[in-house]
Amino acid sequence: MSIIQIDQLTKSYRVYQKKEGLAESVRGLFRREYKTVEAVRGISLRVEPGEFVAFLGPNGAGKTTTLKLLSGVIYPSSGSASVMGFVPWKRDMEYRRRFALVMGQKNQLWWDLPAQESFRLHQQIYAIDRNDFDANLSELTSLLDVQKLLGRPVRELSLGERMKMELIAALLHSPDVLFLDEPTIGLDVIAQRNIQQFLKHYQEERKITILLTSHYMKDVSALCQRVVVIAQGVLQYDGSLSGIIDSFSGSKVIQLQLGLQQSSLGLERFGEILKTDLPRVSIRVPRQNVSRVLAEILNNYTVDDVAVEDPPLEEVIASLFHSISESTSQAS
Amino acid sequence: MQGSREQNRWLHAWATRWMIVKTALAEKLAYRGDFALGTLMRFLPIITQIFLWWAVFESLSPQDPTSGRISGYSFHDMVAYYLLTMVGRAFSSMPGLSSSIAKTIRDGEIKRYLVQPIDLLSFLFWSRVAHKLAYYAVALGPFVLVFFLCRGYFTSGWPDLLTLGCFIASLILSFSLGFYLEACLGLVGFWMLEVSSLLFVYMLFQFFLSGHMFPLDLLPAPFDTIVNYLPIKYLAYFPAAVFLGKIQGAALAIDMAMLVMWVVFFYLMSRWIFARGLVRYSGFGG
Repeated sequence: MSIIQIDQLTKSYRVYQKKEGLAESVRGLFRREYKTVEAVRGISLRVEPGEFVAFLGPNGAGKTTTLKLLSGVIYPSSGSASVMGFVPWKRDMEYRRRFALVMGQKNQLWWDLPAQESFRLHQQIYAIDRNDFDANLSELTSLLDVQKLLGRPVRELSLGERMKMELIAALLHSPDVLFLDEPTIGLDVIAQRNIQQFLKHYQEERKITILLTSHYMKDVSALCQRVVVIAQGVLQYDGSLSGIIDSFSGSKVIQLQLGLQQSSLGLERFGEILKTDLPRVSIRVPRQNVSRVLAEILNNYTVDDVAVEDPPLEEVIASLFHSISESTSQAS
Repeated sequence: MQGSREQNRWLHAWATRWMIVKTALAEKLAYRGDFALGTLMRFLPIITQIFLWWAVFESLSPQDPTSGRISGYSFHDMVAYYLLTMVGRAFSSMPGLSSSIAKTIRDGEIKRYLVQPIDLLSFLFWSRVAHKLAYYAVALGPFVLVFFLCRGYFTSGWPDLLTLGCFIASLILSFSLGFYLEACLGLVGFWMLEVSSLLFVYMLFQFFLSGHMFPLDLLPAPFDTIVNYLPIKYLAYFPAAVFLGKIQGAALAIDMAMLVMWVVFFYLMSRWIFARGLVRYSGFGG
């Protein structure tokens, strides 16, 4: 049975439309115009226990709104959802004890106190057995390498160290489901990698179910077997990461290493030249033309080495988001 | 079986409250210098108040200001009253409570209380208990010193045990009243993004009508009757009046019952506003 079931979930907000200028501000005091924004539009989804699923989508796509719905912070306008058999927005105390939500920019730790004190309070709030608490804390702090930072006030920690402490706070009660909203936002490359490695290891060990939103493709490619693309509040894709490239990229990139003395002249007729750094040349070629183009190049040019690659994931996702927003604006 | 589960739940609830108090106390002590200075500075207005009332009584009886009376209050009574309202306010005032609740809602920090198995109002109540305990720890010495130096103003001496018991009970109840009253104001933040103007109006009323500035029985009719029916008088005037023996017998019993009723009213009101606010927050924002 699926641990998360979402059926036709919809969430719309009414937002105040303020026009520019002082006169409009004064008018707004007496008469306000509102616009309905459909943040999530009829999303249906099943997540099995132990899955690590990434939600991808441009800003304002509805990813965070979906996580807020699943963690019970907001009510849906229509549709239904159940997580571990609980209806999230009923906010059952038993449900709250079995999941955790980490939002990249929000702090659940006491700012002026060492993280250790917040963890003790968590132990009490979540009624964690003393032995379990000690074992979990010891495991989590050693995995994240923050044992020496437990006694330092949170305000004195770096952003990366704080995020590690946030993750510990979220995992101390061994939740079955974890919602992560941009957990690596604002972190440097090393801190991002540390968090990724930790999440990968922890999820593999504990087999917990994780839903993650992130704008960093490296997070997604390092962690998630399954990707759900949401844009304009609608589910656009649900499948493997490599499947996105197959489904949405109509091209491949041919990497050539030309022979000595060989000019790159005329290669542009085969496709878009992405980069020329002789003797290396990259050409983007429509997927269906790859074999014909390769044969022609090998016949007419001296080539020392050749490779056919998929375009970078970021590029595919960006063009996917772009095409979705274009098709939506045309439709409206 | 059922009984022992209930007992466990009860024990866990109290252990959690105690943990919140301990953690909030530790947080308060993180800025011990600023906290101690802020606490001690609150004693400065005593001097200006004593001079102010001296000037008032001097204008009434220039020869011997201590012999004059205003609505039954001598200069000594007035100083004793003022010192006692300071004790009352040490329990009932809730600096920063409303604005911090409104900020929690506005900044979205409230999500934390919706996601974790914890109740926001209970959490804030016990955090506030910790803040008060820290305040008393710092202020106890100065309070003892001020009352010792001003002991001559308490012309009637110590009240009897029953009055003293009512005085202590009124202080504890005024803490609860102050907390739930200001919590209600802060929870208006679910509907209004900014509550500072509302708070300003409330603080203005509270300043004059709680008896903090002058004894409420100095007010002319019909204001004295109106103020007598408002809950604000319990925040400063009432505990001081009980200690000074101004309210006794059946009147004292009625007032104590009214105070309990107001505490229950604002407790239920804060719960109701919170529940309604959450419905609105969950439906519109987040």
